[in-house]
Amino acid sequence: MQPFEEILASVKSKCTHSEAVADETATPKAIRIHADDLLSVMPELLNHPSLYFDMLSCITGIDNGPGHDMEIAYNLYSIPFGHHLMIKVKLDRDEPKIESVTHLWRSANWLEREIFDMYGVIFLNHPDLRRILMPADWEGHPLRKDYKHQDYYRDIKVEY
Amino acid sequence: MAQNTVQYKYKPGNLLASAPNKLRAESLRAEEMIINLGPQHPSTHGVLRLELLMEGEIVREVVPHIGYLHRCFEKHAENLPYSQVIPFVDRLDYVAAMNNEHVYAMGVERMLGIDQQIPKRVEYVRVLVAELNRIASHFIAVGTYGMDIGAFTPFFWIMRDREHILRLLEWASGSRLLYNYIWIGGLFYDLPVGFEERCAEFVQYIKPKMAELETVLLKNEIFIRRTANVGVLSRDLAINCGVTGPILRASGLRFDLRRVDGYSVYPELDFEIPVGTGEMGTPGDCWDRTYVRVQEIYESLKIITQCLDKLNGEHKRTRDFDPQALLPKKVRPKAQDFYVRAEIPKGELGFFFRADGKSDVPFRCKCRSCSFVNLSVVPELAKGILIADLIAIIGSIDVVMGEVDR
Amino acid sequence: MGLLDQRFENGGIIVTRLDDVLNWSRLSSLFPMTFGIACCAIEFMSTGTTVYDMDRLGILPRASPRQADVMIIAGTVTFKMADRIRRLYEQMAEPRYVISMGSCANCGGPYWQHGYHVVKGVDRIIPVDVYVPGCPPRPEALIGGFLKLQEKIRSESLVAPKAIEKLLTQPVSHAAV
Repeated sequence: MQPFEEILASVKSKCTHSEAVADETATPKAIRIHADDLLSVMPELLNHPSLYFDMLSCITGIDNGPGHDMEIAYNLYSIPFGHHLMIKVKLDRDEPKIESVTHLWRSANWLEREIFDMYGVIFLNHPDLRRILMPADWEGHPLRKDYKHQDYYRDIKVEY
Repeated sequence: MAQNTVQYKYKPGNLLASAPNKLRAESLRAEEMIINLGPQHPSTHGVLRLELLMEGEIVREVVPHIGYLHRCFEKHAENLPYSQVIPFVDRLDYVAAMNNEHVYAMGVERMLGIDQQIPKRVEYVRVLVAELNRIASHFIAVGTYGMDIGAFTPFFWIMRDREHILRLLEWASGSRLLYNYIWIGGLFYDLPVGFEERCAEFVQYIKPKMAELETVLLKNEIFIRRTANVGVLSRDLAINCGVTGPILRASGLRFDLRRVDGYSVYPELDFEIPVGTGEMGTPGDCWDRTYVRVQEIYESLKIITQCLDKLNGEHKRTRDFDPQALLPKKVRPKAQDFYVRAEIPKGELGFFFRADGKSDVPFRCKCRSCSFVNLSVVPELAKGILIADLIAIIGSIDVVMGEVDR
Repeated sequence: MGLLDQRFENGGIIVTRLDDVLNWSRLSSLFPMTFGIACCAIEFMSTGTTVYDMDRLGILPRASPRQADVMIIAGTVTFKMADRIRRLYEQMAEPRYVISMGSCANCGGPYWQHGYHVVKGVDRIIPVDVYVPGCPPRPEALIGGFLKLQEKIRSESLVAPKAIEKLLTQPVSHAAV
């Protein structure tokens, strides 16, 4: 079991754009990095022999409301070592774009498609970015805080 | 039909506009065809649509389409207080509702910091009903899988035995399928008087029935020929695809969150973790997954017996025991990000909470469902197999669409 | 010869209207289409098994809509599924009936308030004959729904089929004679 400080030190050594900040109130402990550092930090977390986060449990999109930003949280777990980690990345709300990690963990494929569907975040270099849960001709991204559902779909009233 | 309430208007092209095919008809070779295993099909488990690229009888590519049961759980969770979300959490994996409630209630209690004060009796009752529901869920998985393969008899035997479990749970909670029983901070009601005796009777009743089930299904030559060496999932691919639960254990990894995380009272209970060894074929094939589920039913029976001993012994019911004693008046966790996970019958169910510390409504509640991630491994398994094998693989993955689409 | 005479004299032959025979044959062998969407589908499966046994009422599930009489919408209907339900309904041959099982199919159920993707009741897509309330309805409730549908079929008539019934009840728009 790697103590959190050593994981933080390894992540900090790979961050080139801006400083990695630890968030100790989160469970599991979280590290906030910049979106452009994602592709240098994530392979390190997967491949480094004493970190070895081989399972990507969950990718969550969070919308902080109109006027604020959006966040993506990655939950990683290492089966051989048994440590958890959360990586948080902030995105610009008007043009949310981030690199995809599908080439590292295959579970990210559908999880990122769901965030695209629900929030409108574009994942660059994703093999197959389409809507997954909503119909393909649905308007809008439902889980945004300022989402207003369309009035009619196929002439059926959406409201009760 | 008193008045005309129909609002739907047909326009040509509606169907493909809402769920277009990924494969293009123009790029097919002469001997290939695109076949649609649509949302309504007697053998898919719920509303799952598969788009197949077939070359004769052989499947070249599978594209699953989901979302036909998307019920906006996360939107409801952002608008309702923490304790009112429990009925919606039930309806995620609707065949094992007690387990879902257990994870959710555990997560919110940890966020509030009251998880160490929950009375032991409450914890043992929670584990008891969760394990009963685990047996019911594995019964459905194995029974409907047999029906997909063509074995109708075990399905009827299993549903008859499952009715006993549903009757016990109805006696405890009031409802057969979706319980709303495990609340944040305790339970809705204590177990009824006489429940422990009936439950012990059930455990004695089910043991010879399990032996019958093994003989008629697991050791059946036809079942073995249909499922052994089919859909082999290697351990490394399983971990990389995020697969958890009986599928990962069938691929050889002894990974069960009840042991690894040791939540609730599981550290005090004694049970084994079955893994697939490739007894009838290769490790990680469909037979192994069914075998792991049947062995887990035996382990759940062990856990139930131990819980009943504790509930009849150390943590016997007393007149003044109130399972709602610790229910918090206001569920207002401090501002934090929280990820809780636990082992439901299908794998790892996780909830990601973001609490903003100011309200009793979650700011964000994301459900990391195991069936969603487990289903994403099907395109990898289904390259170059026969279509009958594809049906066997989908059945062995044991998806519940309520969880996939949330 | 003698036997046939005796039969006519004692009123041994059941004399009835064609309506009754047709209705009785239709309601005694309702073939539902296996169309389970969500949690109610599990209760539908339970109704078909040994404890509650739909088969004793003549109800035998058929997989294809072309061979089915009644469609049981068991579960939440979503907008993505709406097109497909309409298509399956159109594929069924008349006489066809629809049972809406569960709160979600009746009116949107627990998802009525914030469900942007949930159709608030399947009767916005296809015409429904019987509504079975519950979340999920007990198997006995579903069998009760079938019995109610049987009562409805029993009162149907060949003479004024539904299409003409609608014409008869619509307000007359041309100059009355």
